[in-house]
Amino acid sequence: MVNGDIHTSDLLRLIPLFPLMGALIHGVMLGLARRSMPRRGVIAISCGAVILSFLTSILAVSELLGHPAESRALVDELFTWIGAGRFVAEASLLLDPLSAVMIVVVTGVGSLIHVYSIGYMDDDHRDDSGFQRFFCYLNLFTFSMLMLVLGDNLLVLFLGWEGVGLCSYLLIGFWYSDEWNAYCGSKAFIVNRIGDFGFLIGIFLLFAALAEVGHPTVAFGEIEASIGLISDRMVTMPWGGEWKLLTLIGLFFFVGAAGKSAQLPLYVWLPDAMAGPTPVSALIHAATMVTAGVYMVCRMNFLYAEAPGASAVIAWTGGLTALVAATIAVAQTDIKKVLAYSTVSQLGYMFLAAGCGGYSAAIFHLGTHAFFKALLFLGSGAVILAMHHEQDTDKMGGLARYIPKTHFVFGIGVLAIAGLPGFSGFFSKDEVLLSAFAADHIPGHTLLYGIGILTAVLTAFYMFRVHIRTFYGECRAPADVRSHIKEPADTVLVPLYVLAVLSAVAGLLSPPQLWGDLMGIANSNSLHHFLEPVLSHGAVHHVEHSTEWILVALAVSAFLIGGGLAYWMYMVNPGVPVRIRESLSGLHRAVVNKYWVDEFYDAALVKPLVVVSDRVLYRGVDVRGIDGIANGGAAAVRALAARGLKYAQTGLTQSYLFFMIVGTLAMLGWMLG
Amino acid sequence: MSILDTHLLTLVTFLPLGAGLFLLALNAFVAVPSDLWRGVGIATTTLVFLLSVRLWVLFDPTATGYQFVEHMPWLPDWGVNYFMGIDGISLLLVMLTTFLMPIVLLAAWDDVKKSVPSFIFHNLFLQTGMIGAFLSLNLFQFYVFWEIMLIPMYFIIGVWGGPRRIYAAVKFFLFTMAGSLLMLVAALVLYYLHFDQTGALNLDLVRIPGVNDALPALLDTDVPLGGEAVWWKTQPWLFVAFALAFAIKVPMFPFHTWLPDAHVEAPTAGSVVLAGVLLKMGTYGFVRFAMPLFPVAALQFVPVIFTLALIGIVYGSLVAMVQSDVKKLIAYSSVAHLGFVLLGTFALNLEGLEGAVLQMVNHGLSTGALFLLVGMIYERRHTREIADFGGLTRVMPVFAVAFGVVTMSSIGLPMLNGFVGEFLILIGTFLADPVTGAVAASGVVLAAAYMLWMYRRIFFGPVTHEENERLVDLGLREKMIVVALIVPIVWIGVHPGTFLRRLDASVIELVRVMESRGADVASVNGGQTSASMAAEVAARLSPEQAQVALHREEGPR
Repeated sequence: MVNGDIHTSDLLRLIPLFPLMGALIHGVMLGLARRSMPRRGVIAISCGAVILSFLTSILAVSELLGHPAESRALVDELFTWIGAGRFVAEASLLLDPLSAVMIVVVTGVGSLIHVYSIGYMDDDHRDDSGFQRFFCYLNLFTFSMLMLVLGDNLLVLFLGWEGVGLCSYLLIGFWYSDEWNAYCGSKAFIVNRIGDFGFLIGIFLLFAALAEVGHPTVAFGEIEASIGLISDRMVTMPWGGEWKLLTLIGLFFFVGAAGKSAQLPLYVWLPDAMAGPTPVSALIHAATMVTAGVYMVCRMNFLYAEAPGASAVIAWTGGLTALVAATIAVAQTDIKKVLAYSTVSQLGYMFLAAGCGGYSAAIFHLGTHAFFKALLFLGSGAVILAMHHEQDTDKMGGLARYIPKTHFVFGIGVLAIAGLPGFSGFFSKDEVLLSAFAADHIPGHTLLYGIGILTAVLTAFYMFRVHIRTFYGECRAPADVRSHIKEPADTVLVPLYVLAVLSAVAGLLSPPQLWGDLMGIANSNSLHHFLEPVLSHGAVHHVEHSTEWILVALAVSAFLIGGGLAYWMYMVNPGVPVRIRESLSGLHRAVVNKYWVDEFYDAALVKPLVVVSDRVLYRGVDVRGIDGIANGGAAAVRALAARGLKYAQTGLTQSYLFFMIVGTLAMLGWMLG
Repeated sequence: MSILDTHLLTLVTFLPLGAGLFLLALNAFVAVPSDLWRGVGIATTTLVFLLSVRLWVLFDPTATGYQFVEHMPWLPDWGVNYFMGIDGISLLLVMLTTFLMPIVLLAAWDDVKKSVPSFIFHNLFLQTGMIGAFLSLNLFQFYVFWEIMLIPMYFIIGVWGGPRRIYAAVKFFLFTMAGSLLMLVAALVLYYLHFDQTGALNLDLVRIPGVNDALPALLDTDVPLGGEAVWWKTQPWLFVAFALAFAIKVPMFPFHTWLPDAHVEAPTAGSVVLAGVLLKMGTYGFVRFAMPLFPVAALQFVPVIFTLALIGIVYGSLVAMVQSDVKKLIAYSSVAHLGFVLLGTFALNLEGLEGAVLQMVNHGLSTGALFLLVGMIYERRHTREIADFGGLTRVMPVFAVAFGVVTMSSIGLPMLNGFVGEFLILIGTFLADPVTGAVAASGVVLAAAYMLWMYRRIFFGPVTHEENERLVDLGLREKMIVVALIVPIVWIGVHPGTFLRRLDASVIELVRVMESRGADVASVNGGQTSASMAAEVAARLSPEQAQVALHREEGPR
């Protein structure tokens, strides 16, 4: 928590305002104007908005850095958003070290991806206004994401949270004429809503508990200040056990995080989200939105510090998700699907760290992952463009000859994620694994560390595999495609170069102290120290340098084993994969079919719900039940009337009205009599 | 204040009927052309809206009790008076009504071709009925307006409706009538009890100093809880009789089956008014009459109402999911949305009650807008089957955007109106009863499921029907309608304070009245008394505002 003075700054509102204006201009034009804006105007407004937002972010962050570490917080209060009774949510923004890291990543990577999209979406005029529509959504997304990370309370965070979900829905289904894309968009929204349901209940529980002790609030600072008042609350669970209230709240929050950040068992929407255009996959489904859950858990670190049970669940969910997703990625042939499962797996790493109390490690990995995964996705986009919208690596191969620049930058991304010593992913993954290794308070943390290392082996393996299958060997593309393969436009390449540099060197900005000591830098882990005031509830671990070197050695061997195995299987002995596939056909089928999780959900949840709603509730209860009784009653009266009272049924409204009044009076007379 | 301002409520209420009667009389001498009827209808309702804006401006949000009160003897020997008054709750609902009516008539410009004069007249008549019901403070007068509304609605469905319009109209009439009769009987019992206790015949709801303080009002009646009294003269039974009338109107599960039929058969204008305003009569009836009159019984029935509301939310959503007709889907979604409103109402804390009243307005805007949009597509294709559409985004992009925004408002996306109401209701319910709040929150998931599924099947995918290729996108008139509706949808979403601040005093007054009549409200709402609510509201006011409020308290009455 920030203890010193809190400063106000009107600068903060500008950061989300620019992209919001961009989105509004486009939205109003698309809604009301007859023709869409010329291409150049769209680019100027959208890219301009995000770049302005980036520059403003830099200004605001430098203002923040001007303050001493203990009072690094800027607040911008706009107005009371929702206020009724005890519940008050201000429309208020907060810039502290944690949100500072986030906005720089969001607007920085966001700007690059906006620029990249100019080229990528250029030949995509499948409908007249598609280009403008795309940038409208992209601006709206940037606005929402900025609200999410800048929100000073849970409600503004939730606003951004739902906003990014909407944009994700719109952008996955961007090419809506294809039924499948639209289906994937809806699926993403609904699975996310299941997570939101948990998140909402967490907010309610927390608010109700705080209201009970006289501090009803949803603002982060105030929650942190009064969390001690409810930290020893216990609740009796329906099955009789006693749980710590904060553990329960922490778990509900994590349900939300698991939905947004695609963790077990709610990860199923993310691989399908690849139906969206590739810049969307890079921005939303790799670099920014899907990390919102990690951000939220870190933001609530003061809560999780008091909820060890919830933290353990987060660590284990993260670890298992990392492993399961990595095994699925091993067998995918669609280049984007590999990257999608890889994202799920890397997000698992981040939760593993956060659950173990390594919040700054989680944010570190969040940042480096944003760079190298955006790079990989954008690189895959360049490949897909070159291959005329072919995503299957079975139909690629040998592309290094045709598109050497793309091959080079993609390779840097592969090395960064696989963990080549010195590259960004190496340092951040090390931090993640170290926090798991040192987390004595988490049951089975050593096993979790082992899972982390195993995942690292798999990561190196599947990334090298996809790189080799795409860029080396014989080209398996049909001849007519092969003759047209060429490097993408400059607007596509320049962002790739920037991201490649960042992926390679970003880790050096904040190497672990182990390396700092080696290089003679005091407090080399600068990100950790920068975030310290906000993430002060993280676990403090003391691991001997000698032990740490062993861990580093293990991580390096994981890289070498995974990478080497892929090299041996796909470069040296291309027959091996085929033989493995044949001898382990059952396992292979399970992995290729993603363990049939989607099919299971469909058969166990979706279908029964629809059938019951239709046959039992609608046709049974509504039509036959309630209406049956009502109409049956009416029919009985009619039958009676036909026999005895047919003279009463004159068809004249007046006479009905007359009998009605008489009846009422008679009833009244009986009651009063 | 001018005479116009002192009788603003009467003017707002009767101007539509007056205009209708004038045209009708004129029609007897010269044939008034249809377009003139339409024009006068729209002009009148627009004028009424402007008058209600004046009402909004003159309304004092910090004052407790009713404002713009008008009281005139009608049948004074029987305690029947013309008694009008407005508080924050009725203000919002009157605004909703006056706002929707011109839009509805504008939307019907091309839609309704058959007997235009009669159609316009019935709509104007209906508007008078609705506003009158919201503003009545005399129980008899309320009952008259309540019943009056039935007649034009019955004709709107029965004459301008779809193929099964007669069945739907009669079903609508009979369901509502059955409830009203129960209410009438209970009202008469209450009348008798009041006479028995005070010796006075009076049907005024409240006694306002300097207006009607000669006789004790209905809220001064001590309704027995049990014991000596005959069973049907006790609070629980009287509450149940009132509650049934309102529950059918809301409609609450299991009295909801008239709604899908009425919606499907009604013309667009009918559906919009029905969903937008008429359903709120039920929830408003709870707030204005059933709860303050029988407060102890109301508290006793909280578990029953919570249960039925939860069933409404989950059941309504699940059934909505499997509908093939767009209008039916929206009708069932209304059952779910109104379930939320009931939850917030009976949570009985500031959060829940304010959320509930706001959600009444939100539902009117969003569902009204949905029916209007469905009407636009029905005019073009003469079908409402979801399966007959698909891929409309490409053919009608503007329509798709409008429908998308309204869909999101209905799902409860932040920055649009639905979120604010739903969130406040859920938090209020959660404070009152966590388990109920948690179950209700599942409605958030289900709403997304059925709305997005519908949206996807109508707007995404390829255009599969030849006829849909030639659909024309929205015209200027239709765009005006859409923009007019989206403005308040966004306004409430971004700055709901404009509306919520007008509810504070009235909601606290409701709870205070219930407390003063022996109900321990704090025992069911999570520990809030009207005094602590007032303290919270005061604490949130800025020093200057508090000063003004204080000054008013001390100032001359």
